[in-house]
Amino acid sequence: MENEKKSLFTLFLSTLYLSAFTFGGGYVIVTLMKERFVNELNWIDNKEMLNLVAIAQSAPGPIAVNGAILMGYKIRGIKGAAAAILGTVLPPFAIISAVSFFYAAFKSNIYVSLMLEGMQAGVGAVIASVVFDMAYSVVKSRNFAQLIIMALSFGAVYFAKINVMWVIIVCALWGAVRGVIDGRRKI
Amino acid sequence: MIYIQLFLSFVQIGMFSFGGGYAALPLIQNQVTEISHWLSIAEFTDLVTISQMTPGPIAINAATFVGMKIAGFGGAVSATLGCVLPSCIIVSLLAFIYFRYKNLTVLQGALWALRPAVVAMIASAGLAIIISAVYAEGADGVKIYMALIFVAAFLVLRSGKMKPVAVMVLCGAARVGLYFLGI
Repeated sequence: MENEKKSLFTLFLSTLYLSAFTFGGGYVIVTLMKERFVNELNWIDNKEMLNLVAIAQSAPGPIAVNGAILMGYKIRGIKGAAAAILGTVLPPFAIISAVSFFYAAFKSNIYVSLMLEGMQAGVGAVIASVVFDMAYSVVKSRNFAQLIIMALSFGAVYFAKINVMWVIIVCALWGAVRGVIDGRRKI
Repeated sequence: MIYIQLFLSFVQIGMFSFGGGYAALPLIQNQVTEISHWLSIAEFTDLVTISQMTPGPIAINAATFVGMKIAGFGGAVSATLGCVLPSCIIVSLLAFIYFRYKNLTVLQGALWALRPAVVAMIASAGLAIIISAVYAEGADGVKIYMALIFVAAFLVLRSGKMKPVAVMVLCGAARVGLYFLGI
């Protein structure tokens, strides 16, 4: 992939567009980022995308902003990170600035709430589709240990409602120790 | 000076909110309703509602909303800058370390275990969103029309013929359309 095609402007526009349509928190934007940067632009592969999401998750602050910084840094270094942050922050900033003036009317508008209700189903479908791809790539690799981690993490977060921070800490520590002990493992 | 107070409050929110999304809520509430009294609890509840209805991270939404209310546009800018500053510094540092040392076995090992865990976390968040979309509390139970919109959207996405954002907007339009049909 030629460098000039990975332009700052495309990066800025991509993050702007993703941020403007990300209803429902950080996990939604990372799934949309995956669609855009892995599937459409081919700037980065699936595995590295998951690495970046893992790092974004482990740092404080909004996941969307963290993910944008990492993606920008990966594509064009510090300049890329700056462009990606700007793209991610501008839409919510502009929209909330506007909404704060007339939020009573906005909140009670029937068409706004119907539109948002419908979009929730769409967001769910996007996440389901991306998770399908991601989980399939883990299953396909036939790596039994990773399958177990995936199943246990899901149970811990979804059913046991354990804070994701603990899941991250335990997985990172265990993986790091395993990596050191089994240093020559092909990962 | 109010700009600096807003900035510093949101620096703390940005720095100590781990886990993203709703994990930041108690921290924001503590800062803006208890420590600084910038919003009442009722106004804070409105802020949460608005954040659910508008795109973007809840911490950024809160920063812009509170800043705007307390000190106008300048306040919104200083609060938002404060909110993203810790991320910029910490994540840039992590990015530098990751891209420089990503071949280290320690880092490779940690990421090897984190990748499937991240898939599980995204799946968990997605499932919660899907359930809240198609299932209403109380007598209504499963909203069949929402389940149908969800299934249709999923199939369109799997066919690969339409971009995710277009599918999401169409889902919203479909819901408005159903309203005119009396659903």
